[in-house]
Parts: sequence; structure tokens; C-alpha cells
Amino acid sequence: MGKKKKTIRSIPQQRTPVREQDARVRVKNFDEVNCGYSLEEALNEAERCLLCPDPDCVAGCPVNINIPKFIEAITAKDFRGAYNVVTASNLLAAVCGRVCPQETQCEGVCVVGESLEPVAIGRLERWVGDQAIKEKWANVPYVEPSGFKVGIVGSGPAGMACAADLAKAGCEVTVYEAFHQAGGVLKYGIPDFRLPNAVVDAEIENLRKLGVKFECNTLVGRLFTIEQMRDELGFDAVFIGTGAGYPSMLGIPGDTLNGVLSANELLTRCNLMRAKEFPNYDTPLPLGKHVAVIGAGNTAMDAMRVSLRLGAEKVYCIYRRSRAECPARAEEVHHAEEEGVEFHWLTNPIEILDDGKSGVRAMRCLRMELGEPDDSGRRRPIPVPGSEFEFETDQVVFAIGTNANPIIGQTSRLRLNQRGYIETDETLATSMAGVFAGGDIVTGAATVIEAMGAGRKAARSIKNYLRIRDSQADNGDGVNVGTFFGIDLRERNFARVRAA
Amino acid sequence: MVDADPGPGFKILVREDFSDVTYSLVIHHPLMAKAARPGQFVIVMSHESGERVPLTIADFDRAKGTVTLVVQAVGKSTKEMQQICQVGTSLYGVVGPMGVPSPLAGKKKVVCVGGGLGVAPIFPQARGFKENGAYVIGILGFRTKNLIFWEDKFRACCDELILCTDDGSAGMKGFVSDGIKLAIEGHGNIDEVVAIGPPIMMKACAETTRPHAIKTIVSLNPIMVDGTGMCGGCRVKIGNEIKFACVDGPDFDGHKVDFNDLMMRLKRYAEEEKVALDRWSENCRMTQRTRPVLKGAEAADLTLPDPFEDALGG
Repeated sequence: MGKKKKTIRSIPQQRTPVREQDARVRVKNFDEVNCGYSLEEALNEAERCLLCPDPDCVAGCPVNINIPKFIEAITAKDFRGAYNVVTASNLLAAVCGRVCPQETQCEGVCVVGESLEPVAIGRLERWVGDQAIKEKWANVPYVEPSGFKVGIVGSGPAGMACAADLAKAGCEVTVYEAFHQAGGVLKYGIPDFRLPNAVVDAEIENLRKLGVKFECNTLVGRLFTIEQMRDELGFDAVFIGTGAGYPSMLGIPGDTLNGVLSANELLTRCNLMRAKEFPNYDTPLPLGKHVAVIGAGNTAMDAMRVSLRLGAEKVYCIYRRSRAECPARAEEVHHAEEEGVEFHWLTNPIEILDDGKSGVRAMRCLRMELGEPDDSGRRRPIPVPGSEFEFETDQVVFAIGTNANPIIGQTSRLRLNQRGYIETDETLATSMAGVFAGGDIVTGAATVIEAMGAGRKAARSIKNYLRIRDSQADNGDGVNVGTFFGIDLRERNFARVRAA
Repeated sequence: MVDADPGPGFKILVREDFSDVTYSLVIHHPLMAKAARPGQFVIVMSHESGERVPLTIADFDRAKGTVTLVVQAVGKSTKEMQQICQVGTSLYGVVGPMGVPSPLAGKKKVVCVGGGLGVAPIFPQARGFKENGAYVIGILGFRTKNLIFWEDKFRACCDELILCTDDGSAGMKGFVSDGIKLAIEGHGNIDEVVAIGPPIMMKACAETTRPHAIKTIVSLNPIMVDGTGMCGGCRVKIGNEIKFACVDGPDFDGHKVDFNDLMMRLKRYAEEEKVALDRWSENCRMTQRTRPVLKGAEAADLTLPDPFEDALGG
């Protein structure tokens, strides 16, 4: 560009703040909390990137977006170009810019972050994604048909990412979804104030433009099996990304009372079934006045903040460990706190007490203290003797983790591990030839972007399996693509070995 | 080869009204017809802003590519469906077949019990047992004679049929549990009893067979959202365990089911159901829409829907 090289001294020192809805206002609506950057703000923040020639951020991104290149395009006001760079690695910019835990990924290794606050890569990615939606940009590359048909089970982030890469490689891709709308956890799980459904729909529309077919209302495993997809429906390869949606139960007395529900049920009723608009939408979601959410992960935070917006007077977070061990993103905890969620750390419910009418009156809880680290490396919570007390609440929501969805396991001969997750090798190939799996159904509950990374990795393995050479359209990610998973060159070598 | 493209919406090919409140819908869905097994259910959405309503599959015809659902109009969704689901219209969503199919093989003598709307979903099981070579005793219970449906279909696949009405207007006077007693008296070697109906009926059936130690399977239909093991709304107590009716059931050992817990959980949304129904009924009165089937909705005394009845779902 002929510009002078940027240094840590020459860039704007302060991270550009992003406007947020005021906590008192937003707690009464489902509009987005984070308003996103304006053009000026995006340009200002983009200036902060040092455009490192050997950037750590790219390797820190599970899908290896060429971050310096897209930020450079923003500073050059080539916004379409910036979008092209992002979409070369990630078709879902508007989604990932919102829900990725950037602080532990790209931003966590940003060189600027060593001395200043890291570049707000996530906010910039979102800005690019939102521009694309606003301007109706869609990158539909010319794709030469490969003649292969690939079936994808599950339309969540893993399935969407896998579908995008395979469609770009010329495959005829069909994505099956059991719900009546595509999007998986992005639709039913993540609330509108963090990720509006309209944004998800816009991204799905882009996949449609790539030629991806979405078949909703299709419960794979029961309507037809994985084996049938391969043997009867004519799919040359199958990718399974059905997630880990089966909620863990509390397993304490009173957990089937009517005032007790899973965070999954609460979120699905509200987000996908639009219970917040009941009775205009038919699905109800009555909640108590005082909602106690058990657990402190991102799902728990979402459940709490949804409860507040649905009119709960008090919302409590009940967690058996302390704030330091809390698995939710710091930003989510901060937002929940701002909105008035009351945190009760080191508190463990042992029984839910009924009100005599099958509802909830209170929980019996124990105070905990932290002992030695456990298997997870976090300090193990230990009950404080004699600390039992009653915690008054009329609604209990549990968000204590999820397990593998059982349906594919029940209906196919795929090899599962002891916990019911699908077993794969390092290429994400399952025990069945031509069938690949990735995302939460392989790893257990993780993040949206990790699932997308797995979807892309599986797409590469499927291309190998089908001996599809990477087309022009699939390249363009530039520098570092491949090094993270060790793919590009090896992919071709591998294909040759297979062909031999 | 199966055809993977069911097309937009799910077309209603045939509709039959059994009574003011009970109707059957025959839906075009060749893939589902091929995949369905006795004991399984579907989730239906009649329109985009509708609820997901679980309904047990009452029949399927692989040659015609159809699936039959029997619905009782008790809540807002099912009453609205009664009005809008006419031949030629389409359902917005039908997904399934869900749940673990009922094992049918290896039984010599079985009793298939259906009470009220439970008569419909017991049919594929009775037929399935017959096809697997069992001696099938059907027991059907209705409140009164003019509510009886599908008697002919059962006669065709049952070796014996015991018809019970609460008022004695047809068959024997009494409940299906009385019918079970009669069957047990007449046959000493019953392998299994399968009972489908309102929870209170299934509970009575299980209690009738318990002293005789006859294996008794019941089909549970609690409130659920997704039907794929995700929401946990359909959790039921089976012995000391918590199970999800959608993916672990819907069939469970009737001697282990905690029916009181089930009945309590079915009342979870009773208040909201009433709000939805009242509002809908009011709208129906306000707008002079053409309503081909009026009886159910017109009935002035729209009382609180019985969630137990709703739970039958078909």
C-alpha cells in the first residue's frame, strides 16, 4: 500500500468502545445489546491492527480467517474486499462476530494485546458481516459441479460450515434439520439480544444462494437412517453434526416439579417458538416471579437474561463453584450482572421444595467451599458442614450441561464412545466409510466457532474421500490456511495416495 | 429407493369426522409412511406461529404413501386444526416418526387396549402383533356408542374384540380395565398387555394386570417441544429413573410409571392453554370466517380443556 509501517506507538491507543443499549432499557426488550460499530468506529478500530506479517491471530481462529488482510481492506475502505477475505474462510461473519469467544481465540493472541487492549477483531468481523447483509452481498463463486452428493445431518453451525465448503467445491449439498426452521442452536438456543434470528436467516439465505438445499422437518435416524442415506438416497458422503442437546438432569428430589425446566426448553420456547409473543404465537412460557438458574455457563446466562426480559422480578444465578471457575464468557457475566442478575456463588441445591400445588416454593441448598483441583483443573467444590439453608424461589431453571443427542446412536451402527458421542479419527471420519461427524456430537458441548471449525475440517476430509481437488473458489484464504490443521498440501498428497 | 423430497408443506388427502370433537387426517408423506412403525409419533405444526403438537401415528399405508393421525379438539391448537385442516390444505410441519418403535415380535398372545382417543394409536400395534403371528385380543373403550370409530378395522386384525362403553350403549358396560379382567379370566397365558389412553386409564390398566404379573406396556405422551431429546419437558419418572418420553419412549413399563407425576406435569400449562383458547374462541366469534366444521368451536361452554385428554393427542 506504500504506507508507513504501523507501530504500537502510531496506532490509536484506546480500543474503540462499542455502543450498547442501556441495561435498564434493554432488560425490557429483545433487541440486541451490542449495537455494533458505525463506519467511523470500524475505521478507527481497523487502524489499530499492526498488520503483522506473521500473525498469531489467524492461527488463533478456529477457521483461520485471514484477519490482517480483511482489516487492511477495511482501512482501505474496500469493504466488499474485506467481506471476500472473511467469507473465504467463514461464510457466517455476522454470526461469528457476535458469538465467538474472541478473547480466548484471535484477540487472545493479538500482538497489540501484549501492550494495549487487543484489536476488536470480533466487532470488526461483525461489522463486515452486517455490511454484507445490509448491502445484500453474496459471494456466489462460479463452481464447477463435482457430481457428488453430500448429505448433512443437522443445520447448526457445524453443518452450515461443512455445507458451505462442500457447495463451494461443487458438491450437491442437502442439509437436514429436525426442527421446522434451519439454524440449529443459533436459532433455538442463542437469544435475539445476542444474535437476532434475522441475522441467522440472512446467513442461511447465502448458503441457499450457493446451492445448498435445506430440508426441515426431517428427523434423520428415524425418517431414514444414516445407512439409508448412503445406500438408498444416493449420497456419496454424509456429515453428522447433530450436537449435544440432551440436557443433563439435576438428579435431586423435586426436579420434575412443574416449576422446574431446562434452560434448553426455556430458550427453545422463547427463541424458536416465539413464546415471548404468546398468545400471538401459540407456544406458552409462563415463568415464576423469582427465577433461580442453576449453572453459570453461557446457556445459563442466556436463560437468566431471557427470564428478565420475560418479566421476572428477580433472577438468581446459583453456582456451586466461585466466580473464578464460572465457564461463561466474562462479557456474558458482566451483561447479566448489569441487567440485575443476582449471583450466588458456592451454592449447591440439593432439593427442590414444592408449594403443595406442584409448583416450586424454595430450594434446599448447601454452602460450598473450594478444595483441591479436580479433573477439570478447577478447584473442587466441597460442602460446608451444617450449612444447609432454604433459598426462596418459585421457578427453577437448570443449565448444568448437556449430553450427546441419542437419536443417531440409537438408529445406526456407528461406533460411539462410552458417553454416547460419535467416535471419529483425526480426520473426523467415523467407523462407517463415507460418514463423517463433527461438532458437539463428537467433542461434547463446545462453542459455535469450534463446531464450525469441525464442520470445515470434515468438509476437507470429505473432499479427500471423494478425491475432489480444491477449486479456485475455495482458496483465497492466503497465508496461514492449513497450518492450523495442517491441510492444504497434504490434502492433495493424501488424495493421490488414496487414488493410487 | 426412497424419495427424499416431501415438498413444501404436508398435504391433507382425506379427513373424516368421527364426532363433534374427533377427526382423522390422512397426510401425504411417503417417506414417513415407509419409516413409521407401531408405537411411534409425529409432531405437527398447523401453521408458522403454531405450537408443536405431538400426535401418535394412528395408521400408515406404505403403498399409498400416507400417514393417518386422529386428533381430538380440546385445546386451542387442536380446535383450530379442526377448523383449518381440510382436504387439500397442507400442514406447515410434520416431523417424525419419533420415539422407539414398539417391539412386536415373539409374542404368542397379547391384549391391545385403547381408551377413547387411545383407540387410534393402538391400532397399528394390534395389526403389527397380528402380522407377527400373535393371538390378538382387542379391548376398546368409549364413553358412549356414537363415539365409536374404527371398530371394523380392529375386527379385521383382532382374534377377539371386547368393546366397552361407560354407559353400556354398546358392548359391555364398564371401563377397559373391566375388559382386561374379562380377558385375563378367559385366557391364562397372556404375554403382554399394551394400553394407550388417558393417563388415568393406563394407570387403571397397569393396576389391573399388576397382581397377575402380566407385562404391561403403556404409551406416554407428555408435554414436549422438540421431540428429539433436547428440551427435557417430556421427562417422566420410571421407577427410580428419569426418562425422556420422546427418545427413550414413548412406550414404558406400566408397572414402573409414576402416573401421578405424569398427570401433574400434564397440567403445567393449563392456565396458558385456557388463555389461548379463550382468545381464539373470541376471535372466532368476532370474525365471521367460513367455518366448515363448527360444532366443536361453537359449543358455548368452552371450558378449560382437559390436559389429560389433550395428552392423548391421537
